[in-house]
Amino acid sequence: MEKMRTPAELEELRRLLSKEQDASQLCVTLCGGTGCRAYGSEGVLEALQGEIKAQAIENRVNLRMTGCHGFCERGPLVVIQPKEIFYHGVKVEDVPQIISETVVKGEIIDSLLYVDPSTGQKIACESEVPFYKKQRRLLLDMNGQIDPTSVTDYITLGGYGSLSKVLSQMTPEKVIAEVTRAKLRGRGGAGFPAGLKWRFTREASGDTKYVVCNADEGDPGAYMDRSIMEGNPHRVVEGMIIGGYAIGAHRGFVYIRNEYPLAVKHLGTAIAQARECGLLGKDILGSGFDFDVEIRLGAGAFVCGEETALMASIEGRTGEPRPRPPYPAQEGLWSQPTNINNVKSWANVPLIIEKGADWYAQIGTEGSKGTKIFSVVGKINNTGLVEVPMGATLRHIIFDIGGGIPNGKEFKAVQIGGPSGGCIPKEHLDTPIDYESLTELGAMMGSGGMVICDEDTCMVDLARYFMTFVQEESCGKCVPCRVGTKAMLETLARITKGEGRETDIDYLLELAEAIKGSSLCGLGQTAPNPVLSTLRYFRDEYETHIYEKRCPAKVCPDLITYEVIADLCTGCMVCARNCPTEAISGEKGTVHTIDQDLCVRCGLCKELCKFDAISVR
Amino acid sequence: MMNLTIDNQEIEVEEGTTILEAARDNGIFIPTLCYHEALEPYAACRLCVVELEGKRDSRLVASCAYPCEEGAVVYTNSEIVRCSRRVTVELLMASGEHLPLVRALATELGVAEPRFRLPPDDCILCGLCVRACRDIVGVAAISLMNRGMEKKVGPPFEIASNACIECGTCVLICPTGALKLQDITKEQEDVHRWDSLFDHHSCHICGDHNLEPQFSVDYRSLLGEQPLDEEPSEG
Repeated sequence: MEKMRTPAELEELRRLLSKEQDASQLCVTLCGGTGCRAYGSEGVLEALQGEIKAQAIENRVNLRMTGCHGFCERGPLVVIQPKEIFYHGVKVEDVPQIISETVVKGEIIDSLLYVDPSTGQKIACESEVPFYKKQRRLLLDMNGQIDPTSVTDYITLGGYGSLSKVLSQMTPEKVIAEVTRAKLRGRGGAGFPAGLKWRFTREASGDTKYVVCNADEGDPGAYMDRSIMEGNPHRVVEGMIIGGYAIGAHRGFVYIRNEYPLAVKHLGTAIAQARECGLLGKDILGSGFDFDVEIRLGAGAFVCGEETALMASIEGRTGEPRPRPPYPAQEGLWSQPTNINNVKSWANVPLIIEKGADWYAQIGTEGSKGTKIFSVVGKINNTGLVEVPMGATLRHIIFDIGGGIPNGKEFKAVQIGGPSGGCIPKEHLDTPIDYESLTELGAMMGSGGMVICDEDTCMVDLARYFMTFVQEESCGKCVPCRVGTKAMLETLARITKGEGRETDIDYLLELAEAIKGSSLCGLGQTAPNPVLSTLRYFRDEYETHIYEKRCPAKVCPDLITYEVIADLCTGCMVCARNCPTEAISGEKGTVHTIDQDLCVRCGLCKELCKFDAISVR
Repeated sequence: MMNLTIDNQEIEVEEGTTILEAARDNGIFIPTLCYHEALEPYAACRLCVVELEGKRDSRLVASCAYPCEEGAVVYTNSEIVRCSRRVTVELLMASGEHLPLVRALATELGVAEPRFRLPPDDCILCGLCVRACRDIVGVAAISLMNRGMEKKVGPPFEIASNACIECGTCVLICPTGALKLQDITKEQEDVHRWDSLFDHHSCHICGDHNLEPQFSVDYRSLLGEQPLDEEPSEG
């Protein structure tokens, strides 16, 4: 592709591309997000290619593998444009029918349509599916429309228009003023005002300045940043170039974990394409502004998401945090002023420039503007990525969009913000969520991971799980985080084993306060949050474990026993045959028994029994 | 120059002075473990935390690394500071109860015994040896490796170091005696050994070892690679 040298050339290209693209033309889009790939969407893609060729309709239909559509529960997803016909759970065997019926004849295949569980109605149009209809997808909108490896797809839909506007019509100060007025807050979790941070870095003394995109997403269950980079990498690159211009930086880094191979690949492609088109490099669009972006791969250390550890890692040193001040805006990479923002913060920037700060500031709550993407996982019907305006309630996200809890179970709590966040119980389902309200409830916005727990989740076990995570990920530099989280973990482990002591809750609280107050970095300072919030809302569960040596949710293996209910057991042998420790004995047709000394409480027998003849106590 | 208050005492300091320096210069004691005047602050032991009054609430900061700010109000021995230090020392006792330095601190802060225990270890991971070796001696023969509870001090790949010049600075600076000269010069069963890769000779005058290295082992052969000066054999 030829280098574009002026904003006018970019607009001309966009005009040509839009003309080429006939809006009424058939286009089959297939979700190529990591979730759908795991479900086999690559096989579906091959089948679609083969079938389109076999039917010789290549010139009538476009085929596009896009980024993540978000409804991961139902993958692989296929959407046929322009009518937005939405098929879910598509298998290779369905492909010939999709091509011959829907693509060629325009007929809808009933069996592949989504059924709204609340009404029983079949829904044909993607945007009418409740999961999508109730969201406001500003950042994720293009994910389902463009091929992430195609810069022209992005340009056709208006991409790099904001960059062009910034370079030709706005001074750096004006860009910062716009971002400030939009009240964009850092999407990495802490919510620091982005405009202010940009201004600090711009005003800091230093000849060389840097911008960094923090793509070291690592919370268990969180994959928002991953999906943006996989599905719309140019948006992040565009945001960074605008940021570089505003701040006065000529070099940017994306720090991304190597466990995200598709995101690394797509982002690498995007950067190479942007260079080729003259959107990165020297004299971008004839403005005289030079900027380039490099990728730095992280080796999967959670602590490298902390900004000072991240910078150390980019510089080639051990990924360990250092005390602040000096903040990165004063002394960052190689001691130069550096502005670090999260993937979603950068992705918001082109939107703010395109639609204006006033438009952006209308969305959300007083203190938190714009939308927020949550990855909703755990005990939920519609696992996936949900984008809603700030201020939406948990009930809206979990029940209206998420479809509630599977198998008729009761909602118990939601863990927000990963291992740094906290759990929020059902009493607060109607609280509008923004940065402040979540902090008040003892959780935090975090990057946007949401793990839903149902009545079968033991909150002590949940706290133990997150503490195990932090303990493994602690860099070990400072004493409170290295040894303190270990002490907390051992205490929690003891409680879940039925060896809890009367003093344990007070000990946990004392440790938690000390670790929060005195740890070196954000990882340690927030590490006790899951324990503190479960203690705040579910203290009775801790007490039951400690005083009654009982796990109310029947999860902790040392505190439960599996037994056969004699009246219900038919002696079918299914449990006995599948028991991994051969703890179940009994002849065919006679009531089985479980040897408690051999039983490891894995729960497989209960899961497999068709007669509900296994009870847990 | 700027002014701040430490423990109700008005203090004037030069810009860039840390709270710890300001306090010590004015006779206010703050305990430290990983701090050394000759090295950059590391802020890892968290014993030197002090209470810094903020607009809304106060918070703990590591005084060794936190710069003095105009008008700052600092308390070095308030209840939340003592609480925090007590927990930190108790956590250090988990593996270092036997160390005189840790015991002295514990006694001073009124901590009798730890409620949580780990296998005894002389090393408290203050990082002084590593930083001295890198920043003062300038050879960086050792570093901190691994993460979290696995963290420890050693030469790269835990193979005897040919960067070590056997100067003994690490031994001298170690506050707990976890490092001994034999660790550098002789093979030990101890986890902290990294015998250096040269023959040490007795000094003709003092009888101690000298510092002129005569390298005896090529690290390449230790790694199973061919030494640089050997031609690959034919055939």
